[in-house]
Amino acid sequence: MSLLDIQNLNLSIHDKQILYNVNLQVEPGQVVAVVGESGSGKSMTASAVMQLMPDAAAIEGNIWLDNDDLTVKTENEMCVIRANDIGMIFQEPMTALNPVQTIGAQVIEAVRITHKDLNKSQAIEKAEIVLHRVGLPQERFPLATYPHKLSGGQRQRVVIAIALCQNPKLLIADEPTTALDVTTQAKILKLLKKLVAQDNMGLLLISHDLGVVGEVADHIVIMRNGRVIEQGSRHSFFNNMKEEYSKELVAASQQELKVQKETQEEEIILEVRNLNKEYKLTRKGFFSKGEILQAVNDVSFSIKRGENLGLVGESGCGKSTLTRCILGVDDFESGEILINGEVFNGQKELRKNINVVFQDPYGSFNPRHTVERLVSEPFYLLDKKPTAKESKDQVIEMLMLVGLSKTDIDKYPHEFSGGQRQRIAIARALITNPSVILLDEATSALDVLIRGQILELLEELSKKLGISYLFISHDLATVKNITDRIMVMKDGIIVEQGHTADIYKNPTHPYTKTLLEASPDITRVIENL
Amino acid sequence: MIHFVLKRLASLVLTLLVATGVIFIMIEVVPGDPAAYMMGLSNNAEAADALRSQMGLDAPAWDRYKSWVSGMIAGDFGISYTYRIPVSELVGDRMMVSVPLTIYALILSTIIAIPVGVIAASKRGSIVDTGLMGFAQIGVAIPNFWFAILLVLLFSTSLQWFSAGGFPGWDAGIVECLKALTLPAISLALPQAAILSRVMRTSMLDVMNEDYIRTARAKGLTKRQALIRHGLRNAMIPVLTILGLQFSFLLAGGIIIESIFSLPGLGRLVFQSIAQRDLIVVKSIVTLLVFAVVMITFIVDMAYAVVDPRLREGNSK
Repeated sequence: MSLLDIQNLNLSIHDKQILYNVNLQVEPGQVVAVVGESGSGKSMTASAVMQLMPDAAAIEGNIWLDNDDLTVKTENEMCVIRANDIGMIFQEPMTALNPVQTIGAQVIEAVRITHKDLNKSQAIEKAEIVLHRVGLPQERFPLATYPHKLSGGQRQRVVIAIALCQNPKLLIADEPTTALDVTTQAKILKLLKKLVAQDNMGLLLISHDLGVVGEVADHIVIMRNGRVIEQGSRHSFFNNMKEEYSKELVAASQQELKVQKETQEEEIILEVRNLNKEYKLTRKGFFSKGEILQAVNDVSFSIKRGENLGLVGESGCGKSTLTRCILGVDDFESGEILINGEVFNGQKELRKNINVVFQDPYGSFNPRHTVERLVSEPFYLLDKKPTAKESKDQVIEMLMLVGLSKTDIDKYPHEFSGGQRQRIAIARALITNPSVILLDEATSALDVLIRGQILELLEELSKKLGISYLFISHDLATVKNITDRIMVMKDGIIVEQGHTADIYKNPTHPYTKTLLEASPDITRVIENL
Repeated sequence: MIHFVLKRLASLVLTLLVATGVIFIMIEVVPGDPAAYMMGLSNNAEAADALRSQMGLDAPAWDRYKSWVSGMIAGDFGISYTYRIPVSELVGDRMMVSVPLTIYALILSTIIAIPVGVIAASKRGSIVDTGLMGFAQIGVAIPNFWFAILLVLLFSTSLQWFSAGGFPGWDAGIVECLKALTLPAISLALPQAAILSRVMRTSMLDVMNEDYIRTARAKGLTKRQALIRHGLRNAMIPVLTILGLQFSFLLAGGIIIESIFSLPGLGRLVFQSIAQRDLIVVKSIVTLLVFAVVMITFIVDMAYAVVDPRLREGNSK
């Protein structure tokens, strides 16, 4: 019998069925990837294994862990099983650790729950060993470190250490790398794969992105609307996909290079000249001088009408600061920003030519405003405000343009899905008829299929309206099929820029190469089967 | 940490300086000449002038401000116009009642509120939660003087466990004094406990949805263990803010309760001094209250830093 054997699992919350007859198995030492869009039931399956479902959840079927049925365990028995047999890693490393306790305290606590026979110093020793195993050696990351001192990737390592120190048989990782940069993602996945092999654990790896898990999974399970629709070993899955949906997922992850468009336009609509932006860091002592962080270092570039430019770099590289400077939100030390050839100092007349779409389709709308109010908001930038009737007509026109319907005008943001909200955000960005739209990780939070649709929409709008985009992303792959040119940014400096195809085929800067290697690539997975 | 403390101390001193300035100016513009008041009916201009210069009231405002502040630093708050005794002595006696009463009330309200909040949060939506929060609602709504009278009727008049009022003085022994302060402290604590338990419940509910509680549960902690070990300290942060505000409020805000129990507290002294134009006493007490509020804020800030390591480095992230 398998290590984990989920049999005919049905789960409903308040009479709403979430899971239908889910069957899946995990063997010791095996990595099983469960892939699906949001709402597919993949996370609920993981919660069911942990028996940490919402209170109202009703469950049918069996979940066998080592011939023990978890569905009939009492809460106290489950606590023992969670402490000894199952470890779990979560999506959001920034909030998964208690901010008021040291990382040592949190790992040691986990050690002592499982290994009750260890005394204090033995528990400390064990915690140190485990932290070392996940790549946090004591010399650099003492036990007394607080979580806020660590980066996202390092915090995720602490969470892995907490799970690992209990010597679990089964590890569940729910989107463990979704919130991380691509290079960090690659490292964390590699670490997980290594640990599973060393300790002969089973790993249930949950993700929305086939490209990300394709490389590490032994077995792939595709879920949709609460059902497992297809599963198989990695080899057989990629070779004999039967379901249309699986094929769509693979196709959406396979990003083709954009066909180079012959730009006749020479008109420069946005230009940044020698931009410098500094941040003063917190002073270490009362009298010591504050250090200065050069967030944006002598950056220059320009975008022509209708051209799509990508700005790629990891978190902390200065890309968001640069975006804020361009939008006139942040001041900068020196340099110039020119919109349509005029120096931009926050004038409304110029600002209306440039708009932005942010990453989070849930957080970037006021939940108490109607779509009409949200979309018409940028009208404040216009000297001549449209009348109520004109405003409404224009909002409807924009909604139709982005593929929504005119009846959506009176709805509120919560009535829309993530993809639809991103369409509303695009409509809002389009309403002042801008020449450039900044897209700050605008597709990162979306499911792969939705991401494809949004990119298609953007491409279409660009052709129809002749607008340019500045795509800002941490992942080279997401901008591959939409940009004409790419800039790679590191530590505030543009280290490489050129045509997208050239960057992909012949990256010159070592950092660009690192980014390319770390970028999940399903084509590579299929080639190396 | 040292950096954090020094920064807070600097802002504390600055706040106090600004506050003394504002208090001084306000007392200056308030109508009413203390000398004329002290002269009473014998409205002799010459004698009033003599008294004014004797009290130093004829000196330029800036000099009077300086001597007032430097006097206070040295512990000399001046002499009360009406009582004719040093203000420091007068206020000091009253503080000996008001400060213990406030602390007593706060301890009571914390002891009641924190468990109530935690239990209500962990049994959210149950009868226990509804019941506890219903009581809290009543606690907020009941006027504390009415509650105080009920307490007197029950414990003093009928059961005769406590005296109905008065304060024996600390010479009579701690037990006697605490006994005299118990009913007033309970009446002051009730509405505060009701507010605090609601804050605690909300704060705890927020914390329960945090990812690190899920992490703690995944480690194998029971729900209760996860809440106590990982939730409580995080949930205390907003509660500390409310506690700080309550202390400042109770210190001089207990005037009605002090009157009901005939306690010689600070609240009553302020009230009487204002009525009698004893401006020097008013000035001193207001300054003292500002000082208390600022100190409490400082202590609460320090407590934050103890609870939350992110604040110790002085960055507000």
